[in-house]
Amino acid sequence: MKLALGPLQYFWPRERVMAFYEAAAGWPVDIVYLGETVCSKRRELRPADWLALGEKLAAAGKTVVISSLALIEADSERLSLKSQVADGRFPMEANDATALALLAGRPFVAGPHLNTYNPYTLAELAALGAVRWVAPVELARDTVAELHSRRPEGLETEVLVFGRLPLTFSARCFTARAHNRPKDACELACRDDPAGLPLATRDGQNFLTVNGIQLQSADPVNLIAEVASLREAGVQVLRIYPEAEGTEVVVRAFRACADGAATADVALAQIAPHFTGFCDGYWHGGAGMDWGGSPQP
Amino acid sequence: MTQPPMELVCPAGSLPALRAAVDNGADAVYVGLKGRTNARNFPGLNFDVNTLRRGIEYARARGTKVFMALNTYPRPEGWADSVQVVDIAAVEGVDALIVADMGLMRYAADHHPDLPLHLSVQASATSPDALDFYRERYGIRRAVLPRVLSIKQVAQVIAGCHVDVEVFGFGSLCVMVEGRCMLSSYATGESPNACGVCSPAHAVRWQETAGGREARLNGVLIDSFAPGENAGYPVVCKGRFRVRDQVFYAIEEPTSLSTLDILPELYRLGVRAIKLEGRQRSPAYVGRVTRVMREALDACHRDPQGFVPRPEWTASLNDMAEGRTHTLGAFHRAWQ
Repeated sequence: MKLALGPLQYFWPRERVMAFYEAAAGWPVDIVYLGETVCSKRRELRPADWLALGEKLAAAGKTVVISSLALIEADSERLSLKSQVADGRFPMEANDATALALLAGRPFVAGPHLNTYNPYTLAELAALGAVRWVAPVELARDTVAELHSRRPEGLETEVLVFGRLPLTFSARCFTARAHNRPKDACELACRDDPAGLPLATRDGQNFLTVNGIQLQSADPVNLIAEVASLREAGVQVLRIYPEAEGTEVVVRAFRACADGAATADVALAQIAPHFTGFCDGYWHGGAGMDWGGSPQP
Repeated sequence: MTQPPMELVCPAGSLPALRAAVDNGADAVYVGLKGRTNARNFPGLNFDVNTLRRGIEYARARGTKVFMALNTYPRPEGWADSVQVVDIAAVEGVDALIVADMGLMRYAADHHPDLPLHLSVQASATSPDALDFYRERYGIRRAVLPRVLSIKQVAQVIAGCHVDVEVFGFGSLCVMVEGRCMLSSYATGESPNACGVCSPAHAVRWQETAGGREARLNGVLIDSFAPGENAGYPVVCKGRFRVRDQVFYAIEEPTSLSTLDILPELYRLGVRAIKLEGRQRSPAYVGRVTRVMREALDACHRDPQGFVPRPEWTASLNDMAEGRTHTLGAFHRAWQ
């Protein structure tokens, strides 16, 4: 099983991004997805910077993929995407229908923000050039297994196994809203939240994470105990999203589990101290926020 | 002004609602079949083949079109039901099938090439490239735009593509980009995409407590209402939560979308149809909102430059709106 580092979902200062990927070059990940997927106003790294970073990671032996913005609204975003596609140095991950339209006819990754729910859609994506598909976050094990078993030949299956779930996107920026600012005057408030902004219920339950125009799960999904069932389902690539802390530990734990070098219990014990909680409900066909077969406390 | 008039597309969750829409001036009604194949999969709602036929007959006799919504994403176990909806739509001769899933578009295009297809808002297509892609590949003739674009962005989409554009004109407001919101399944296991429901009723609990009336979704406290406070249905995006030590509507207030104030602008940009949300609403609601929007659209088409929303229209729509208030949503940049 291959490990993939998903695109960075947060807005980190440039130095932090550079340091993160410099370290990641030495981690046991096979694929690295780069680029801004959440908000086009986040410009600590320009598209050219991501490409330069891609060159470095490719030189370190990583397979590099450039991920597209999940929600295209402005004309400037379209044009930026067009030039990314035209560059063609690295394959791209399509995360919306605009990217799909632009990437049709060349090899691409069908990202988690496309709605791939059945083998017929999977066949369409493959016909358009998809070489890998990333399951939407809400798909359960049985659905992934069935789609995988009925996939067109050569198509790889990737599943998100660790990281805060990218649940949804909006035209509105919820970080700016929490600062009582309109999006057009956001002052890049999300740069102060390297792990997003916690959103709790009125009775104190950690419920969601605010990340600009994106809402995420409160806690990361964690399928470390499911490596065997992932393998059984046919999953070939395990995706880990960069988190503010503990990402290297997570990567090494999944590598060890996938190689049979650690048990799930040992790996979980390594990961657990770095996070306040986890979820895994979607994989088991339940509510995404649930963990370990039981609802959140 | 040489634009063709904007079509008024109205919701019909039942035969009586369909009649109410038709009688009050809908140019088209949209319906769904019972089950998970449409995004208003509520108990007691929607059509079977029998009521569909009666609905089509009633609408046709009065010059109203009938569209059918097939706007969920079937998982393998739901594929056969969804394909059956495509077949029914073709056999019964609906005027268009509103579809979101690419696999289903392929099926419809291959098996029923004469069945007109509209791209559902759930397909989440927000650019001219995306719309033209669906047109070229599956023959999509019209697309419903997600409620994430500003007026300027809507104009760019219309100017840049070869697909007719329909926008939402009134009703409940999705704050998130349609077709890509997992908030409901995150809390309950059931989403609009997979199950055709947002905040399924069986997961909702109302509890009277000393602190007020609590609305919970699968145990999660979405909001708590003081006595006398207007208590809305608990969808995640309209709840009050704590962020940065403040409790507020962190995502959106309970409010409805209304484009009444910008109808002439939408007309000028070349919008071809105005859609009203609300297949879950009563026939009385559908009739009333259809009548108001019919009058407003007629006035707009007659004299776009001189169009001023009549106070009684605004009052009537506000009266029917969630939280009794309305917003232009993402059309208005400041909302974002």
